[in-house]
Amino acid sequence: MINIPAVVPIARPKIGSAGKTGLWRVERPVIHYDKCTKCRLCVLYCPENNIDLLENLYPQIDYDYCKGCGVCAQVCPEKAIEMVREVK
Amino acid sequence: MVQVLKRKALALVGNHAVAYAVKQAKPQVLAVFPITPQTTMLEKLAEYIASGELKAELIKVESEHSAMAAIYGAALAGARVFTATSSHGLLYMTEMIYWAGGQRVPIVAAIATRAIASPWSILDEHQDFLSKRDAIWIQIMAENVQEAYDLTIQAFRISEDERVILPVMMGFDGFILTHTMEKVEVLEDYEVDSFLPPRKFNLIDFSDPVGIGPLAQPDDYMRVRYDAMKAMERSKSVIEEIMREYEKLSGRKYDLVECYKCEDAKYIFVTMGAWSGDAKVAVNMLRDEGIEAGLLKIIVFRPFPKEKVQEYLRSAKGVVVFDRDYSYGSGGILANEVKAALYGLQVPVYSVIAGLGGKDVKPIHFQKVMEDLVNEKLEEERWLL
Repeated sequence: MINIPAVVPIARPKIGSAGKTGLWRVERPVIHYDKCTKCRLCVLYCPENNIDLLENLYPQIDYDYCKGCGVCAQVCPEKAIEMVREVK
Repeated sequence: MVQVLKRKALALVGNHAVAYAVKQAKPQVLAVFPITPQTTMLEKLAEYIASGELKAELIKVESEHSAMAAIYGAALAGARVFTATSSHGLLYMTEMIYWAGGQRVPIVAAIATRAIASPWSILDEHQDFLSKRDAIWIQIMAENVQEAYDLTIQAFRISEDERVILPVMMGFDGFILTHTMEKVEVLEDYEVDSFLPPRKFNLIDFSDPVGIGPLAQPDDYMRVRYDAMKAMERSKSVIEEIMREYEKLSGRKYDLVECYKCEDAKYIFVTMGAWSGDAKVAVNMLRDEGIEAGLLKIIVFRPFPKEKVQEYLRSAKGVVVFDRDYSYGSGGILANEVKAALYGLQVPVYSVIAGLGGKDVKPIHFQKVMEDLVNEKLEEERWLL
């Protein structure tokens, strides 16, 4: 626990207080793990901080909150992330 | 009888004296960007780390803005931190200075005061330091190298006091103190250790994550600022208490202000920083002439020691405030503070602006001004051009 004896500006953000924003997605980023080199650029660039590392250090996207912006697919040097239409 | 010096005395320039104090304070993280006239302090700190005398991480940052950002984060994570800068570096650091003040993070920064461009100058002026007066930082200022050493050690303690929790800026005059070698009595390492125990409170907890400096609604924002105001007011008595404790340890007396022959004085100078020494010489020259002169030196500028200023100046026949800075369109910054503190008391306050851009000021300048005041020839505001 924090024990600051003063009034300081801190916040306790809640996960998904705006609901599951993944529902807004039009295109879904799909990682082709055979091409992934574990460089982690997608993790760094994700504007929602929504890509975690698995125990084997491969990235994993949380589709509950991914809005499908496509930044990860753009920055991937191996073109290992493909944007796939959600609705046909 | 031979008097044995109890203390170890070293010959140190101001920058090295502050570096020595920082070494003894044992910060874990430093982030400093070199700038004249602070650079030799950074070099000394790097030497201490290279030789193993100081076990700290020195982050080589690309700017002063990053320097403050880096130690802001490190202080949140629990480290004791330090940075130092000057003039344009301080201006570049300004955004993060306000972040640190608003977030109430214990930080110590040494500011080698220096004029601000344009025109370009590397010499002494208090403009840079005093431009940070509203950043929720405690500001203290040294008169000589010994004070720069002593106040640096005390700054860590003040900053980390649970009743305060505010960053502290220690100002000392660029070149006049940073590059002047003086005899400095230093404390032993174990004495500093006992005076400066590790911080008792956490600012963040990695197992209980929080957002730092988030968007605040107006009600919350004002509440945070109100508490900062209260902490600043409360810090006055805490600083006095810490300074008394330091006096017991070192034998050197410190207070929010220093009164030099001002108790019985009718005409009193008010100064801050290195030229207080010149003012003391002038006081003695004036006393030789039969003028009852004195000096009130401001050591702590934020929080401004209003009560002490009132106490010492309330019965003066004339007060002359020397400013090495100016609030353009208003007046001398220190003069304005003194006038505000004396509001309602019938004390005539005169303002003298001198030494801008490092222009030399000597005791005779102080003497001449005071003679003019006694002879009723001093204007309300005079620039020593």
